[in-house]
Amino acid sequence: MNRINQLFADKGDRRILSIYFTAGYPTLESTLDIAEALEKAGVDFLEIGFPYSDPVADGPVIQHSSEVALHNGMTLHVLFEQLKELRKRVSIPVLLMGYVNPVLQYGVENFCESCRAVGVDGVIVPDLPMYEFEEHYQSVFEANGLSNIFLVTPQTSEERIRKIDGLSTGFIYLLSSSATTGKNLSVSESTTAYFSRVRAVGLKNPTVIGFGISDHETFVRATEYAEGAIVGSAFVRLLGEADYREKIPQFIHQLRG
Amino acid sequence: MSEYQVNDNGYYGNFGGAYIPEMLYPNVEELRQQYLAIIQSGDFQREFDRLLRDYVGRPSPLYPAARLSERYGANIFLKREDLNHTGAHKINNTIGQILLAERLGKKRIIAETGAGQHGVATATVCALKGLQCVVYMGAIDIERQAPNVARMKMMGAEVVAANSGSKTLKDATNEALRDWINNPVDTHYIIGSVVGPHPYPDMVARFQSVISAETRKQLLEKTGRETPNYAVACVGGGSNAAGMFYHFLDEPSVKLVAVEAAGRGIHSGESAATTVLGREGVLHGSRSILMQTADGQVIEPYSISAGLDYPGIGPQHAWLHKTGRATYAAITDDEAMQAGLLLTRLEGIIPAIESAHALAQLEKMAFKGDENVVVCLSGRGDKDLDNYMKYFGF
Ligand SMILES: Cc1ncc(COP(=O)(O)O)c(C=O)c1O
Repeated sequence: MNRINQLFADKGDRRILSIYFTAGYPTLESTLDIAEALEKAGVDFLEIGFPYSDPVADGPVIQHSSEVALHNGMTLHVLFEQLKELRKRVSIPVLLMGYVNPVLQYGVENFCESCRAVGVDGVIVPDLPMYEFEEHYQSVFEANGLSNIFLVTPQTSEERIRKIDGLSTGFIYLLSSSATTGKNLSVSESTTAYFSRVRAVGLKNPTVIGFGISDHETFVRATEYAEGAIVGSAFVRLLGEADYREKIPQFIHQLRG
Repeated sequence: MSEYQVNDNGYYGNFGGAYIPEMLYPNVEELRQQYLAIIQSGDFQREFDRLLRDYVGRPSPLYPAARLSERYGANIFLKREDLNHTGAHKINNTIGQILLAERLGKKRIIAETGAGQHGVATATVCALKGLQCVVYMGAIDIERQAPNVARMKMMGAEVVAANSGSKTLKDATNEALRDWINNPVDTHYIIGSVVGPHPYPDMVARFQSVISAETRKQLLEKTGRETPNYAVACVGGGSNAAGMFYHFLDEPSVKLVAVEAAGRGIHSGESAATTVLGREGVLHGSRSILMQTADGQVIEPYSISAGLDYPGIGPQHAWLHKTGRATYAAITDDEAMQAGLLLTRLEGIIPAIESAHALAQLEKMAFKGDENVVVCLSGRGDKDLDNYMKYFGF
């Protein structure tokens, strides 16, 4: 059982909080310091983004952090170097999140082996299609004990949700709406109907809601319908502030309430 | 089934596919399931043919260029896509896609554009059909291509500046994809070339295939044979070339020549010669060849022609390149500009700088006397007059 499965198996009533941030932002060397600070502040698991020049699923905040990170010299090779220290400093589950092209250039097999070597538990690659994953990559992921996380949107059909559930091994990432990152969640009737519809499918995997979770209120709303929620842009925005280090504990504290 | 056409899984050999986030899946899947049935229906074909004839002005002439032929020692034919309404081949695709969008019940159209030719062609068909139109264009291109921005606005389109990344075509494409993610229900994305996730490359190639379908008939009339010895076309994303090659792919006697932009020289660091400088990778939803760093970050290309400065090529071209079915050549800014001037002076036709790249390739080819060569004159040079004037100091 990897760390992700363990987390959800042991969670009890706890509302799971995950934070996304971009590796190499705001500075090249900030990656692990931020990870460590987040664990100390009580975050349940981490998504570390590896930057890409053309992040089509991202809004302005994460686009900007990716640009700065690339400018700072972040690459997958640099990131895996940094992550050699990961398990000396961080014990919560860690996922890597990014786009497929850097992974292809690094080599999918190499990538999975590097993940395992440094203690990464799962991967989210939004533009890696289910068909490709099944056909070519599932066995490499499994051989390295990596969970591959799929996304579900309000437009995803029930049949497809079932298929995703069958292929998933960690959790399912529910998008609050079909949107790029950084939009604010507005929990309308149709959103709650969609969350309930997904629940009613009877999934074997836990679900975590992301995109648009930015504060205590949206965190609580989301975790009424799912085991956990993910905060991305709102946290990355904080990293743009000069004194972000001091503010991390308070930011997490306020989110949880 | 031709080995050069897309297979049931959306691939050309190992290129193509649909590398898209889940948010785009329903729209792309809807297209994939319906595009063939729609475009093969009698109703669609009648309206498509009628608009191409009465609105676009097709068939476009196949012009035997006598003085150019004399100069190169071969029979040079120009496929006059420059004479189409709005001045380029781009409208063949936008007519097809707007009819498709209409049949899918879409109310809102988005597009990306570099030079503005595809943006104008999209704004045009949206005016024709009374649909809302939003065109994404790099902030830098908006400045460089002011007349086309004005044309789009006059047609009623909203032109949105892409301010991310390098602020050119690649970034405009990113913004269009982001728009589509945020508007998953009523919007259709009219992609401007044979790029993007399956089924776009195949769909756009089918709409552009009218170029080679007509060429075959016209060649038969003019030469007694349906096939030429050579078919030559420029490649940005590759749509005019895909259309020019389409009905010749399975005729091994026809040599296919695709011409990329070498910019200031292939290895100058300012180039768009994708097949030379690129490696396999994924951009904008398909696996193809693209210019990128060792880490898989996309490199910004350069060409004097805004329509050729794209860091990738369509997946079918990647496959034609890999199999050797087509030859990929590269022409510099200077060679293209000279070829543009030459055509103007010898034949009285001002070509788009994109098309001038295809013409420049003639200088480098060795012909055996009586060979027939078709060059796709993909667009007219009106949009480029400023560039020509500056370059030659007229
Ligand atoms: C006249 C003309 N030719 C060629 C191109 C390149 O596109 P493609 O390679 O898709 O034909 C463009 C693109 O803007 C164009 O305007």
